[in-house]
Amino acid sequence: MNEDAKKQNQQSGNGMNDKSKMGQQKNNNKGNLVILVGIILTAVILLAIYPENKAASINASSDLIKELILILPAVLILMGLFSVWVSKEIVIKYMGHASGIKGMILSLVMGMLPTGPLYIAFPMASMLLKKGARVANIIIFLSAWACIKLPQELVELRFMGARFMFIRLSFTIIMVIFMGFLIEKIDKYSNKK
Amino acid sequence: MKINITVIIINILAILGISFSFYKNRGKSVKALKIALKSSLKMAPAIGIIIILVGLLMGFITPELITKLLGNQTGIIGIILASIVGAVLMIPSLIAFPLTASLVESGASISVAAAFITTLTMIGFVTLPIEMRELGKKITFLRNGISFIIAVGIALIMGVLLK
Repeated sequence: MNEDAKKQNQQSGNGMNDKSKMGQQKNNNKGNLVILVGIILTAVILLAIYPENKAASINASSDLIKELILILPAVLILMGLFSVWVSKEIVIKYMGHASGIKGMILSLVMGMLPTGPLYIAFPMASMLLKKGARVANIIIFLSAWACIKLPQELVELRFMGARFMFIRLSFTIIMVIFMGFLIEKIDKYSNKK
Repeated sequence: MKINITVIIINILAILGISFSFYKNRGKSVKALKIALKSSLKMAPAIGIIIILVGLLMGFITPELITKLLGNQTGIIGIILASIVGAVLMIPSLIAFPLTASLVESGASISVAAAFITTLTMIGFVTLPIEMRELGKKITFLRNGISFIIAVGIALIMGVLLK
């Protein structure tokens, strides 16, 4: 298990691995397992004391299990495909050269592709900054990476409905672009001082 | 169980994607499937937690209580609290959507849901140290701070638009 976790981290971190992250990931998984056991015990005890609530609880849980079986494998396969076919090197190559509106849209799109967890986006962003990319584009890239992942949005569409997802998504995109330029301005201003 | 158009589209995309990928490059496709398997194993405990949590929520907590705690009348305070919870928690967002959906179904307001989802994805307490090391304190605090304000703003707008 530990061996596996290590391998997994090495793979997802590729060249830019760091040891603190490894420990964190392991602790996180352990913590989740402990919570899982705790919540199973709680559920068993609660349902033993209040058997009249059993039907509703089990119904809700089994409905969710069915939903997840229908949707999660496909989403995870899509994410796996993206992380294999769109490498970090490709993202950096495209983003390093682009500028203007094109650069902005490219940052948004590159961020939206599900190429991996957020913690590998930070070293990429810092590398891009060193290569001379705009601060605004980096912020847009990071924020899109964090909150506008394409397969994830399909899950949001499924569970929250089209109106919720489209409105939240469009405002998020607008605000992320605005934030990119705002942070760039603040950054320039404070560097001048 | 409702099989709807979204479910069909996602599965068709996945099947087309993986078939095309195998056609192009077998090794890479196997690797993609391995990554998918590994991330599902990594997510498994969290998925289990959410499945049981949703069951308990629907079985034990009355819609009245949820409406009282997370409903519209909690106003801006409810939104800010939801934003803080979303910023601190580390739930894979894939799993957070069904949880939020069941809360909304039993009476939580749209604003609270939007605030929670937006900070959950945009702000990472756990990843703050990495972000600071790679991009510096200034950019990290600005990005996370402004994201928080944006989340509250989006939540308020959505509360008005989706009433």
